[in-house]
Amino acid sequence: MADISFVRTKSHPDLPPPKSEVGIIAWVRQNLFSGWLNTLLTLSAIYVLYKILPPLLDWAFFSADLQGKTYKDCTSGGACWAMVRVRIDQFMYGFYPEAERWRVNIGFLLLFGTGIPLLINGIPGKKYLAIFVFLIYPPIAFLLFYGGLGLTVVDTAQWGGLMLTMVLATITILVSLPLGVLFALGRRSNMPIVRMVCVCFIELWRGVPLITVLFMGSVMLPLFLPAGTNFDKILRTLIVMAFFAAAYMAEVVRGGLQAIPKGQFEAAQAMGLNYWKLMGLIVLPQALKIVIPGIVNTFIGLFKDTTLVLVIGLFDFLSIIQAATTHKNWLGTSTEGYVFAACVYWIFCFGMSRYSITLERRLDTSHRN
Amino acid sequence: MAASSETEGGAPSPSLWNDPKKRAIIYQAIVVLILVSFAAYMINNTADNLEKRGIASGFGFLHAQAGFDVGMSPFLTYDASKATHGTVLLVGILNTLLVAVTGIVIATVLGFAIGILRLSPNWLVSRMAYCYVEILRNIPLLLQLLFWYFAVLGPLPSKRDSLSLFDTFFLNIEGLFGPLPVPQDGFWIILVAIAIAIAGITFMKRWAKKRQDETGKPFPVFFASIGLLVGFTAIATVAAGFPLELEHPKQNRFGLRGGMIILPEFAALVLGLSLYTAAFIAEIVRSGIQAISRGQTEAAYALGVRPTITMRLVVIPQALRVIVPPLTSQYLNLTKNSSLAVAIGGAEIVAVFAGTSLNQAGQAIEIIAITMGFYLTVSLLISMFMNWYNRRIALVQS
Repeated sequence: MADISFVRTKSHPDLPPPKSEVGIIAWVRQNLFSGWLNTLLTLSAIYVLYKILPPLLDWAFFSADLQGKTYKDCTSGGACWAMVRVRIDQFMYGFYPEAERWRVNIGFLLLFGTGIPLLINGIPGKKYLAIFVFLIYPPIAFLLFYGGLGLTVVDTAQWGGLMLTMVLATITILVSLPLGVLFALGRRSNMPIVRMVCVCFIELWRGVPLITVLFMGSVMLPLFLPAGTNFDKILRTLIVMAFFAAAYMAEVVRGGLQAIPKGQFEAAQAMGLNYWKLMGLIVLPQALKIVIPGIVNTFIGLFKDTTLVLVIGLFDFLSIIQAATTHKNWLGTSTEGYVFAACVYWIFCFGMSRYSITLERRLDTSHRN
Repeated sequence: MAASSETEGGAPSPSLWNDPKKRAIIYQAIVVLILVSFAAYMINNTADNLEKRGIASGFGFLHAQAGFDVGMSPFLTYDASKATHGTVLLVGILNTLLVAVTGIVIATVLGFAIGILRLSPNWLVSRMAYCYVEILRNIPLLLQLLFWYFAVLGPLPSKRDSLSLFDTFFLNIEGLFGPLPVPQDGFWIILVAIAIAIAGITFMKRWAKKRQDETGKPFPVFFASIGLLVGFTAIATVAAGFPLELEHPKQNRFGLRGGMIILPEFAALVLGLSLYTAAFIAEIVRSGIQAISRGQTEAAYALGVRPTITMRLVVIPQALRVIVPPLTSQYLNLTKNSSLAVAIGGAEIVAVFAGTSLNQAGQAIEIIAITMGFYLTVSLLISMFMNWYNRRIALVQS
C-alpha cells in the first residue's frame, strides 16, 4: 500500500489579504462606510460639500474679475477682486506717504528678521537677539515709522492698514509681557497690600470687554490728564490695550509660576539668593518657558482684538477694507473685502496657533496615554 | 557665626533693611503712597477738566430725557418721547442679557455637537469639524459679525417684496417676522400644569434613583419626563380651551407690523457670537473627552456596559470636570464679546448706553463706570455659578 499520507514540510506562502481589507477600498470602508450611521454621516457630509464647494470655487476663482476700476467693471458675476487689487497699497500702509513706505518695509523686515529666529528652537545667540528686540529695536522702529533724525515726520493720523494692525499688536505685546510678569509676581507676593492691588488690577481688566476699555482710552483718559495735554489717539489706544493685555498675560504667567515645584524656591533661598535673583535666575526662566504656548495664544487673541479699534475710528486693516467697500466706486464688494481680510487674518492666526501647538508638543514631556 | 551668636543672645534685631517683615511694610507703604498720590493727581485733573469744559457730574442724567430710539426692546415698552437715560440703560442691560443667554445656549449645543463630531471615526466628518474649528476661531470675531451683518443679511429683499414661508414667516431687510403667541384668559392653567409636571419629574427622578440603588432596575427617566411634560401641557391646553392666540404680522403702508420680529442686528450678533464661540467650545469638549484615559472605556466595556451608557455614565461625567473651567471662561468671553454689537448698530448696553447716551449726556466717566460695573457684575455672577457647578461635579476624594 502506497503511502498516501501527505505531510507538509514547509509552510505555504501567505495568501495576500483579501482585497476588501487593504488599500483604498478598505480604508474607505473602515472610515466612511463602517455602519449605517457612518454611511449616513458620510453621505450627508458629501452632500454639504457638494452644495458649498463648487459655487464657492466658482465665485472665488473661475468667474472672478481681477481687472477694473470700479464695481461696474466686474461683470462676470463672480468675486470682484479688482477692488483688492486697486486698493492693496492702502490696505497695507493706510495713508502713509508713498515715498516713505520703504521705512515701514525695513522696520518690519528688521522685526521679522530678529523676532522669528528668537522663536525657533536651537538658534544660537538668542540672548543678544532678545536684547535687540526688546531694547534696541523699539527706538529704531520709532525713528523709522514716526520720523526724526533727518527722516520726515509721518503723523500717526496717516498710519493705517495692515501696518497699523502690526504696530498695535507688536507694541502691545512688547509692553504687556514685562508688565504681565510684574503683575503675576505681585499676585503671588507675600505682601498683602501688593497682592490685593495686583488681584484687583488683573480682575478689573479681565472682567470688562475690550470695547469699554477702548472707549475709556478715547473719552476718559484725556480727562485724567492735566488740562491742555492733547496726546496722540494711537498712543492712548496703545496704553489701554497694553494694560488690558498685561492683565491676561499676568494670568498666563501665574499659571507658569504655580507649576514650578516648591523645592526650586526653597533651594534658591537656601543658597541665599534674594527675591529678584531667585525669581530672575531660577523661577522665571523655567516658568516662562512652560507658558510660551500660552503667551502665543494670548498674542493670537490680541492680534484678533486689534480689529476693535474700528469702533473708535482708527483705520486698521479691517477698518480700512470696510471703508473701501463703502466707497461709491466699490459699493457691493463687501463680501470680497471681508473674505480677503478673513484670509489675511486667518493666515497670521493659524500660523501662530500651529507654532504654539508645535511648542506644546515639544515641551510636553509627560507620558500620558 | 557672628550673626547666629547675636540672635541667640536675643540681642539687637537686624537692621531695618535686612528684616524681611519690616522691609515688606516699607515696600507696601511706598506702593500705597504711589497709588494714592496717582489717584489724587488724576482726580484733581479730572475735576479741573470737568469744570473747564462745563460738564456736570453725578448721576442726575439718568433721569434726564433721552429722546432717541433704541432698535429693540422686547421686555419693556420703550417710548422714545418719554424715555430717560435710565430706561436706556435698563433696555441695554436686558438686551445684553438676552443676547448672552441665547448665544450661550446655541454655542453650547453647537460646540458639543462639533466637538463630538471631531472625534467621530468617520474621517470625512471629523475633517469637516476640524476645518470648521480652525477657520472660525482664527478669524477675528468683529470681522465675522460684519460679514454676517453686511455681506449675508445686507442683500435681503426690501420690505415691499419679502420672502415668505407658508404665509406665516416673512423675511426682509427689516428682520424675520413670525406669529407671536399672545396668552389669553386662563393661560395660568398651563403654567400651573407645567409646574406640576416639573415637580412630578423631580419626584420621579428621586424615586427612580432610589429604586435603581435598591433593586438595580433602571427606569427610563428621560422619556418619562418628556411624556409628563408634554402630556400635562397638552391636557391643560385642551382643558383651558386653547388660551393662546397667534398674532400674525400684517402688511401696512410702512411694512410689516405686529407679531414677533427678529431684527437683523440681533440675528447677526447671535449668529456670529455663537458660531465663533462654538468653535472654541468644540475644542474644549474634544480635549476634555480625550483627556479621559482609554482604560476607563475599556473597563466599562469589560463589565458589559453598553457604549452609549459608557459614554453617559463613565466618560462624560469625568470629562465634564476637565471641560467646565475653560467652558466658564468661554461663556464670560461670549458675554463680553456681545459688546461688539456697537459695530453693527445693535441695541445692547455698549451701543445704546455707552454710545448714544454718552454722546448726548456727555458724562463719560459715569457712563463708562456704570457700563464696566455691569460687565464686572455679570462676570462675577457667571463665574460664581460655574464655580458652584464645578464644585458639585468635582471629584470627591475622602
